[in-house]
Amino acid sequence: MTATTHAVSAQAAPPQAADRVRRAARRSAERRRNAAAGVLMTPFFLLLALVFLVPVGTAVWLSFFSADEPGLGFGPERTVFVGLRSYAAVVTDPTFLSGLGTVALYCVIYIPLMVIGSLALALLLDSGVVRLRSWAQLGLFLPHAVPGIIAALIWLYLYTPGISPVIEALGKADITVDFLGLHTTLPSIVNIALWSNLGYNMVVFYAALQAVPREVLEASVVDGAGPVRTALQVKAPLVRSSIVMVAMFTLIWALQLFTEPMLLHQSSQMINTRFSPSMYIYDAAFSRNNYSLAAAASVILLVITIAVSYGVTRWTDRVDSVKENAR
Amino acid sequence: MSTTHSTALRPRLLGRATVNAVVAICVLYTLLPVLWLLLAATKSRDALFGSSILSFSDFSLVSNVKDLFAMDGGLYARWYGNSLLYAVLGAALGALISVACGYAFDKYDFRHKEKLFGLVLAAVMVPQTVLALPLYLIASETGAVNTFWSVFVPVLFNPFGVYLGRIFAQGYVPNEVLEAARVDGAGELTTYLRVSLRMLGPGLVTVFLFQLTAIWNNFFLPMVMLSDQHLYPVSLGLYQWNSQASVSPEYYPVVITGSLLAVLPLILAFVLLQRFWRSGLTAGAVK
Repeated sequence: MTATTHAVSAQAAPPQAADRVRRAARRSAERRRNAAAGVLMTPFFLLLALVFLVPVGTAVWLSFFSADEPGLGFGPERTVFVGLRSYAAVVTDPTFLSGLGTVALYCVIYIPLMVIGSLALALLLDSGVVRLRSWAQLGLFLPHAVPGIIAALIWLYLYTPGISPVIEALGKADITVDFLGLHTTLPSIVNIALWSNLGYNMVVFYAALQAVPREVLEASVVDGAGPVRTALQVKAPLVRSSIVMVAMFTLIWALQLFTEPMLLHQSSQMINTRFSPSMYIYDAAFSRNNYSLAAAASVILLVITIAVSYGVTRWTDRVDSVKENAR
Repeated sequence: MSTTHSTALRPRLLGRATVNAVVAICVLYTLLPVLWLLLAATKSRDALFGSSILSFSDFSLVSNVKDLFAMDGGLYARWYGNSLLYAVLGAALGALISVACGYAFDKYDFRHKEKLFGLVLAAVMVPQTVLALPLYLIASETGAVNTFWSVFVPVLFNPFGVYLGRIFAQGYVPNEVLEAARVDGAGELTTYLRVSLRMLGPGLVTVFLFQLTAIWNNFFLPMVMLSDQHLYPVSLGLYQWNSQASVSPEYYPVVITGSLLAVLPLILAFVLLQRFWRSGLTAGAVK
């Protein structure tokens, strides 16, 4: 509509009007593009609101309220504002704190093993001396296709005396290991996670290494660097962004630790129902029906996750800028 | 000259052997547990506890599979169908939704674009266990709890897919193509459906595969949402059967055989779609 009126006036005063027509056309093109962007983005942002923003809001809201039963529990249930009481209950609960400690220890053991292990494997595969490289890669990647709960099931059986060929073989060598004992449950869980994700992260690193320009590697060979030095001092620093990404995702997943201990809990006395913060949340919400406690624990876990991820990004940025300055 | 050459060669050969040995050990570490699952699925209950894993004197894979599908009135087939429905349908729809959004992030300019994208990235970081309780409460308010939808709708949400979609749109769909389509007078959405979506094909398959794996693996959400066994996915069903196995050991071979069958679709998907996810990982890793 506007375009036609402008077109009519364009005949009267050519130079200015042509400009105006062009501007109007641009504006309508812009409107069309905004509409298209809106259509393409709406489904995702509806989902984002429904399964992300509203639940996070609900969790925060719930954590400040509690079901109160006045009159010795005979009266109708009321929801009352309790402020930070649920938070205080969570952070003074020794079972929550011990769960947090367990996950912290788990992260300290698991993340370095995972990042160094998968990077080392990727560097070995990238060195060009490995035979049957694509088969090796496929073999290493295979556990990624095994669902987490089934990986935990397989290893649970491999940890179970009587079924496990591993324990049988060790027994023949006069070694007895209780994989689900007091000090071995955590390493056993680390092993399951490592087994599941090592190959996947190796493929991520390998893909990044493949993108390193060949001239850079040739230059380092000309400079007389051996394969080991090339790998550690040239290649590894060049895939830094992938290392940060892998470490970050591994960390976020590690903080949610749930599936493996939940399954091992079925067979091991060493794993209680509040072994990790996620299990604590599940236990509080669905076994004890204490929604405000579960919500407060959820918010705390969320804040820890965000703080730690933010910390990692800031730290790597700072290391980057220090290195830039050193150059 | 020749002596230095041969001394340099020897450690290199030694290094070569060590590197191959290390990689071989790692491959054994990743393969053997899967091989164990395969062998264990061929054992009857007595053989599972009694005999060596490598003896084939008693080959009962067929009877194990029969038992599996007969157990508890054929629940397993039901779970398998549910998993396929949640995963294949959910991943297909979810990939289309996320890639469309990622494409819009790359190709269009609008206000607060980078802030919105930051919100998407923040959503990647939020643990699922944090969202489970409020999601459950919302679902029970709306009456969706313990229905197909209570699991299906949340799994569609894939913020990482939006991130990948943006990278793929940048890499696969040149802006000149869009300009050309505009000059030809094609509508924006028509261009997306007819031209861009086709160019985004490999990226779409990658996002689909990532999401397929995630949904097939999903365990926490169904556990929270579902109480009707007939709606369970395989993962939750096997978890439940395993909890009964310590009391009634006849569940052991069934759980093992059920696990083996549950692994197959993903292995199949990864082998068939290898070309795509490899390229997808490169895009995700390099940028």
